[in-house]
Amino acid sequence: MSLQAMTYLVVGMTFALYIGIAIWSRAASTKDFYVAGSHVHPVANGMATAADWMSAASFISMAGLIAFMGYGGSVFLMGWTGGYVLLAMLLAPYLRKFGKFTVPEFIGDRYYSKTARIVAVICLIVASVTYVIGQMKGIGGGMKGITYTQIAQYCVLIFAYTIPAIFISMQLTGMPIPQLGLGSTMAGSEVYLLDRLDMVLTDLGFAEYTTQARLSYLNMFVYTMSLMIGTAGLPHVIIRFFTVPKVKDARSSAGWALVFIAILYTTAPGVAAMARLNLIETINQPDGTQLVYAERPTWIKKWEETGLLAFEDKNGDGRITYAADPEVNEAVKIDRDIMVLANPEIAGLPNWVIALVAAGGLAAALSTAAGLLLAISSAISHDLLKGVFTPDITEQQELLASRVAMAFAILVAGYLGFNPPDFAAGTVALAFGLAASSIFPALMMGIFNKNMNKEGAIAGMVAGLGVTLLYVFQHKGIMFIASTAFLGDMPENWFLGIEPNAFGAIGALINFAVAYGVSKVTAPPPEHIQHIVEDIRVPHGAGEAISH
Amino acid sequence: MSQKADYWKANLRLISLCLAIWFVVSFVFGIILVEPLNNISLGGYKLGFWFAQQGSIYVFVALIFFYANRMGKLDREHDVHEDKDV
Repeated sequence: MSLQAMTYLVVGMTFALYIGIAIWSRAASTKDFYVAGSHVHPVANGMATAADWMSAASFISMAGLIAFMGYGGSVFLMGWTGGYVLLAMLLAPYLRKFGKFTVPEFIGDRYYSKTARIVAVICLIVASVTYVIGQMKGIGGGMKGITYTQIAQYCVLIFAYTIPAIFISMQLTGMPIPQLGLGSTMAGSEVYLLDRLDMVLTDLGFAEYTTQARLSYLNMFVYTMSLMIGTAGLPHVIIRFFTVPKVKDARSSAGWALVFIAILYTTAPGVAAMARLNLIETINQPDGTQLVYAERPTWIKKWEETGLLAFEDKNGDGRITYAADPEVNEAVKIDRDIMVLANPEIAGLPNWVIALVAAGGLAAALSTAAGLLLAISSAISHDLLKGVFTPDITEQQELLASRVAMAFAILVAGYLGFNPPDFAAGTVALAFGLAASSIFPALMMGIFNKNMNKEGAIAGMVAGLGVTLLYVFQHKGIMFIASTAFLGDMPENWFLGIEPNAFGAIGALINFAVAYGVSKVTAPPPEHIQHIVEDIRVPHGAGEAISH
Repeated sequence: MSQKADYWKANLRLISLCLAIWFVVSFVFGIILVEPLNNISLGGYKLGFWFAQQGSIYVFVALIFFYANRMGKLDREHDVHEDKDV
């Protein structure tokens, strides 16, 4: 069977599976729609959270980024996993005890203010929409449908990721487990794989793989912190923890989510280093000769057609030279995203493995888009309509409104997905910065500081979000239109050399400081709010998620 | 009331311990002290690089289960667990 037919077959089969599950588990009430009736087992919930969390960016782009950044790519590995520790200890169990459907609902009730709820809805929509643009359109079906399809999507995604990794690790080191293969010697040699990669790269004039920092250690520190706090503050991840039966389960469910995420995230560094080594050794062959362009393998021809890979024979010798020096380098374009997609072909793996990777990439995009769209539609139907503007609507009307909102969000996201605006690439990191600087601090202070009042929380969210947006816009352009950037996007202009994508942690710090300062000079929250806070701190008395 | 206050203090102590470990394995071993740690090797890995790309993630997973387990015990010791609701 041809590769193309095989790809369609595998992708088609996985889609039929997702749609079948979505229909079988269709939501019947608002509660089912928003939080799957809070009856999802913690392990199943962890797996669905993992699928929700691992977007196309994790699946396709991350290993490619690490392959070219080496050690500097660690910010994504630590940043996108460490947030679950914060989630498990600082947010998930208490928000589950509080027992509501959405993040703005918690903020509105805790800060006894519709204004706070609306500010939270704005933060949520801005963060989710910026994130969803990078994903393709998903299938609406409510949380219950989503939970079960996402479990299937996780399985497809993780097989698609680990199987090629195992094959490649076997080929290069003789060790099938990529996590260990990365620390092993090359097959039939005494040289460690990472030492070999460092040596090959420095010979070509590139930085050493294992020590190449991203800009500066301070920048890496702040970037990692932003991604961690952003992970804990992204609403589509938080609402996952409203779906478990008990407070106890919210804690362990975060652990299970991280187990399933860690399978991919600890494999990624192996994929990255091995793909880079394979790529280099295809071009600069180990016997010291360079690849003859006319004799290039089919995978190179295939990716050249997409424009993601391009060569230019500058010295006219008919061979390709790959080097750090732009004067000499003839591999003029190597798109980072092809590292995962082309990896199985580079390693010469069978067609069904390549088809599996295509299905995995789609599964990753779909599951994340679906989770984000649910978060957006519930913010509109539950928080804006039911909560603020038209509190009298019935459950049926609210369910209808959320389906309409989701359909609308799918259309917008689908349109933007197929016609990406110029700024699409810059927005994923901004989504984390926004969630880190606005939502996370408001939630954490709502639980850990009994005296935090509405004035403090609102001022904090506005200040944190404002500063982060201002910093990003002044370097990247207003709404990412580059010509409107009034400070150039270059390290000399950055505050302490911190890149705009990493600025969410600074925004969060400002949020905490402003909120604390304002709460000290304004009236403390009413007594019943202080009782609510005392109550959410203990698991005893947790009912199911209730709507009011 | 003081039962609840004691429980909350114990929880805060446990969170502080866990977050201290969380901070050390990622920010300290993976970033701040990465250069000195890279002089030590773990198989084919430099130790600092290993913490940044592998070790910190394994510790994060262990930390969450450790926390969930200890909190389950604290819930019972302070009699604030959910099972008595049913």
